[in-house]
Amino acid sequence: MSAATLDEREALETPELSAKARFWRRFRRQVPALLALGWLALVVLASIIAPLLATHPPLEQDLGAVLRAPGQDGHLLGSDDLGRDVYTRALYAGRISLVAAAQAVAVAIALGVVPGLVAGYAGRRVDSVIMRITDGVMCFPPLILAIAFVGVLGPSLTNAMFVIGVIFAPRFVRLVRGSVLSVRQETFIEASRSIGTPTHRVIRRHVVPNVLSPLIVQISLAAAMAMLAEASLSFLGLGVQPPDASWGSMIERGFRYTAAAPWLTVFPGLLIALTVLAFNVLGDGLRDSLGREERRAA
Amino acid sequence: MTAATHPAAGGAAAGKTDPVLVVEDLEVEFATDSGWLGVLDGVSFAVGRGETVGIVGESGSGKTVTSLAALGLLPPHSSRIPRGSVRLDGVELVGMPRRKLEAIRGDDISMIFQEPMTSLNPAFKVGDQIAEVVRRHRGGSWRSAMARAVEVLSEVGIPNAAQRARSFPHEFSGGMRQRVMIAMAMACQPKVIIADEPTTALDVTIQAQVLDLMRRMSEEHGTAVVFVTHDLGVVADICDRAVVMYAGQVVEQAEVDDLYHRPRHPYTAALMTAMPQLTGRSGRLATIPGRTPAPGSMPPGCRFHPRCAHALDTCRAGDDGAGGRVAIRELDGGRTSRCLRVHELTLEGTE
Amino acid sequence: MLQYTVKRVLMMVPLLFLVSLGVFALVLLIPGDPAITIAGENATVAEIEATRERLGFNDPVIVQYLGWAGSALTGDLGTSLFSNESVTGAILGRFPVTISVAAAAMTVALLIAVPAGIIAAVHRGRWPDRLATLLASIGISMPNFWVGILLIIVLALMFPIFPAVGYTPITDGVGAWAWGLVLPGITLGTTVAAEITRQLRGSLHDVMQQDYIRTARANGLRGGVIIAKHGLKNAAVPVVTVIGFQVGFLLGGSVIVERVFGLPGLGDLAIRAVLQRDIPMIQGIVVVTALVVMLINLAVDLSYGYLNPKVRQQG
Repeated sequence: MSAATLDEREALETPELSAKARFWRRFRRQVPALLALGWLALVVLASIIAPLLATHPPLEQDLGAVLRAPGQDGHLLGSDDLGRDVYTRALYAGRISLVAAAQAVAVAIALGVVPGLVAGYAGRRVDSVIMRITDGVMCFPPLILAIAFVGVLGPSLTNAMFVIGVIFAPRFVRLVRGSVLSVRQETFIEASRSIGTPTHRVIRRHVVPNVLSPLIVQISLAAAMAMLAEASLSFLGLGVQPPDASWGSMIERGFRYTAAAPWLTVFPGLLIALTVLAFNVLGDGLRDSLGREERRAA
Repeated sequence: MTAATHPAAGGAAAGKTDPVLVVEDLEVEFATDSGWLGVLDGVSFAVGRGETVGIVGESGSGKTVTSLAALGLLPPHSSRIPRGSVRLDGVELVGMPRRKLEAIRGDDISMIFQEPMTSLNPAFKVGDQIAEVVRRHRGGSWRSAMARAVEVLSEVGIPNAAQRARSFPHEFSGGMRQRVMIAMAMACQPKVIIADEPTTALDVTIQAQVLDLMRRMSEEHGTAVVFVTHDLGVVADICDRAVVMYAGQVVEQAEVDDLYHRPRHPYTAALMTAMPQLTGRSGRLATIPGRTPAPGSMPPGCRFHPRCAHALDTCRAGDDGAGGRVAIRELDGGRTSRCLRVHELTLEGTE
Repeated sequence: MLQYTVKRVLMMVPLLFLVSLGVFALVLLIPGDPAITIAGENATVAEIEATRERLGFNDPVIVQYLGWAGSALTGDLGTSLFSNESVTGAILGRFPVTISVAAAAMTVALLIAVPAGIIAAVHRGRWPDRLATLLASIGISMPNFWVGILLIIVLALMFPIFPAVGYTPITDGVGAWAWGLVLPGITLGTTVAAEITRQLRGSLHDVMQQDYIRTARANGLRGGVIIAKHGLKNAAVPVVTVIGFQVGFLLGGSVIVERVFGLPGLGDLAIRAVLQRDIPMIQGIVVVTALVVMLINLAVDLSYGYLNPKVRQQG
């Protein structure tokens, strides 16, 4: 409320703790973020050991048992229009969805971090050129741009994820640039530069640690968006190509049987929603657990 | 010892004949992770009609909390008033329903804040902001409210008031904005204005002008002013009476002249020696050793004893000899002091 | 204000240039020989050569770009490679559908987000806030095509209240038009509502901590007036920014919603063009949507002038 009351209350909180200790102390109290982390660990683990958990071979068709409802004929989550086991397919599709999201995020980081460092560090002209380009990229509706690129390059999951990565890169450029700019203002950097510390060392010693925490937050949020984007493109038939399946393409296939077999869309959609939610909640939790300055930079 | 044990007895002095604002035994608590924590302890004082009373103390003494509590402006869920009373012209404000309280604020009692740069809404013209307050309490047409806004703006010394009313806050300087704030507070001619460090953020020359303005407005309209400040010089300049606060308690009350010539609480005396421009002694800038204690870690007995040059073991023991609080002592001439040794000590004042 | 507007419009020019360059460069990205890709894999050498000539692929890249950008400036975005339809004409024909869907989605989003954001901001940290925040997180996390399918399953198939597919032009009756847009609007609006709720919650809460809100309270203004007038106007700048960002999302998202609900909009056209590798059509759609986004951003920036008087003066 008022400055004075806040001061008085602030004084009551436990003071100096190391940044790391403070982070863990705060993070451990974030129950939703911990649950999210648990769910993500479960999904990753299930993807890795999918062959052990599967009840059917992933591509085995059984035209004698198509569109079985969940629980029928040994199909835990039902079967699809070719008689394939939905539970088994969801396990394997999870692999593809996760790897695809990771690819997109990796591309975004690869394309975003270096220009961001350069823009923040070089300043002036270089900065404004880089920022104009990111503005330009951000002018395009992401999905339209992705569709256009995939249209030109040809539909494939790799193309789709590369494009998603390109579209997300400006976020990382801006984030890194912002962090570099704020660090640059600090006096210790000025001092360090003035005694002739080489640029790469200043970046490694001062800039990188400062950028790291907002970057981790952003990676978690970007993973969520990448997963949704992959699902959308696959739903449109522009992402993963049969016989492979991601959760998004499972929905696309199931969509044709909405009336007869709603479970074909409900289960994969639920998996996407929960996993994306987990990435988002984890990102928010991380942001709230990081110190005040990092929060602002994010 | 003439210690008065009833805490409300601090009401006291000039205000008692015809008080317009009476704060009595006010306690305020803030929510913390470890439960409710007291930040005000039995604060009592009264303000007479048209009187200017200074509330003096360091930051953390509770002076701002006191003024916010008086207007019911404390954050509703993280603070509470477990005890005490604030009466404006005999009407109890503590526990008053929100809607009734809103109708009184800005009309019978209003407040001026420390930061003129941020206390006006940047998105609206200043005239509109004042007119909005006028219409809220006086009703009538937008046009008449606007006329009143222009009137007060020129009264507080804003040149070309009719034209300036159509300007946005960022088009005014800090001093001018504080004049606008005063105009807004005065627009409905309240009985009491609480001014919380209204000049602290301003340049020295502007400070003097704003103080003059407040004195003039108070005299012309008979408005009582509660002047919250850490600056004893300002109190000497503008106030009739002073209430000194320390660590959430009132520690001394007196007429300004009495207070300065002969402080009766070591904290008041220490505050004065810490201000060279008051004492006239040059060369040595005295400071009070130590810090204001935080709520939740108050020293036993007299809350000032760890920093007090005159402290004895009895100060730590308090009135009950077991570390309890020290009660207000009523002194001659309508003064009060919360010092255990008030009758033993002779403290140095100013000329 | 005029100066500010002019300056802001002029700032669009280099951006527009960059965008056109990017869109044009799409052709250069086609793997291998674009003429073969466009003419089809079974085309004869002569057919490929004819395609090359027809599309100007024999000219230097600069000439190609200037030719394309020049006619684009006059509103001519070329001709579809498949239907011989003018690209501009095809886009204009589909535009009302997409705009309708986007408008429906934004309406749904604001109807949900404004009350939710205010409630969350005012009750920050207590259960209404937690609930709104949780719902917003869920709203952001659900794939919207999935939400659309669920809505169809429940509200069109199980309980046939709304049409599952199809679009009724507004000329056939406003009621039928609006009725058909309810489910697409909810589908696309959920995410936008969640984003706006989050932003409004954050910025309104920040504004409510400001000194001038305390001033308003100290002067006895009613709680509701303080939130609705003093709070919202100041909280609006970041919120309007987010709304501007969401327009790009709406245009992209409408592709999916049009697919789910069988609406003949721009997205449907885009998918068709992509599957047919109809390059001029793809380019046209990308340029038009980018232009729309830019215009919305311009409108957003101009609204800052109204919301924040300081911007107006800085010109």
